[in-house]
Amino acid sequence: MIANYGYKDGSGEYYISIDTDKCISCSAGHACLTACPKSMFETITDDYDDEVTWVKKPNCRTLAYDCADCKPSGGYTSLPCMTACTPGAIKHSW
Amino acid sequence: MNAEVKADTLPEKKEFWRWQENVWIDETKDWKTAKIITCGIDVGSVSSQAVLVVDGELYGFNSMRTGNNSPDSAKNALQGVMDKCGMKLEDIHFVVGTGYGRVNVPFAHKAITEIACHARGANYMGGNGVRTILDMGGQDCKAIHCDDKGKVTNFLMNDKCAAGTGRGMEVISDLMQIPIAELGPRSFDIDSDVEAVSSVCVVFAKSEALGLLKAGYTKNKVIAAYCQAMAERVVSLLERIGVEEGFFITGGIAKNPGVVKRIEKLLGIKAMDTKIDSQIAGALGAALFGYTLQSKKAAA
Repeated sequence: MIANYGYKDGSGEYYISIDTDKCISCSAGHACLTACPKSMFETITDDYDDEVTWVKKPNCRTLAYDCADCKPSGGYTSLPCMTACTPGAIKHSW
Repeated sequence: MNAEVKADTLPEKKEFWRWQENVWIDETKDWKTAKIITCGIDVGSVSSQAVLVVDGELYGFNSMRTGNNSPDSAKNALQGVMDKCGMKLEDIHFVVGTGYGRVNVPFAHKAITEIACHARGANYMGGNGVRTILDMGGQDCKAIHCDDKGKVTNFLMNDKCAAGTGRGMEVISDLMQIPIAELGPRSFDIDSDVEAVSSVCVVFAKSEALGLLKAGYTKNKVIAAYCQAMAERVVSLLERIGVEEGFFITGGIAKNPGVVKRIEKLLGIKAMDTKIDSQIAGALGAALFGYTLQSKKAAA
């Protein structure tokens, strides 16, 4: 399942997509949980009883601000969450 | 100057936004002969529904306005449908809560997200050909892809603002002083197509609608402009995950042809029809999840 967390507003589209099929039995040991400086990710049991990662609810409405520090303007050349997620489950839309 | 106005001299405030609450029971079925009775309760931000499913088939529902207390809304919704058929809470084997207030349904055995429940409900209502679901809820909007069993394969939700939601339509209904059920048909009663209201925010859209009225637009033209804006907004949401054939709309706005027809025109595909109230999709899906879980429990 592709789960898109985020929003679209007057300034643009801000979504983090998580491919939960890659999340199940994560070979990276859910490294995204600790890689995110804002601790935005957490592991949950979804509606189909699979253990997957999602973006915490409060962060879903403030992604543009929460992720700003990790974007190139913040000094990063690659996003910590995407780098840590070796199965390639995490994507940013912006 | 004394500007005091006595309350009893004020004109009566009409609630144009108030949509029809509904209780329904399938009189052809007898729940007393059923093996498994399950219930789905969808406590949304604007409306609450309780759906009864007997042996995996829709039996009855109650759809009403959500109050300021989620547990009470859940109780009232369920009580309404139980009273209609003489059922008691003890007769129900499994209750699933869903929606915004799902964790506050006091008698629920399990809480499941409205995304999974809408997909499951739409699969029941539209058949196993349903692939893309647009849920236009009271205060959020969801685009969902599902497989032939109603399992979610892709979803996207926008709950950051009320534009493109039922609440936005209620605001316009009150502003125009036209009952909400009449907005859709009236949006077609115009002599030429109008451009969409440009604001994505419902508060600014309201201001823009007032400006259009002052500029000489008829009420119908303003409604058409708002319906077009709402359609464009949800279509942009849908396009982010893509639209596959087998398109189904759930939620209260599915009852507004002014928005639905414009969405269909923008997408170039027709939404699937159903005889079941589109507003109960989430609660129906929850009740069906309950049926599966109870069946497994009974078989174990």
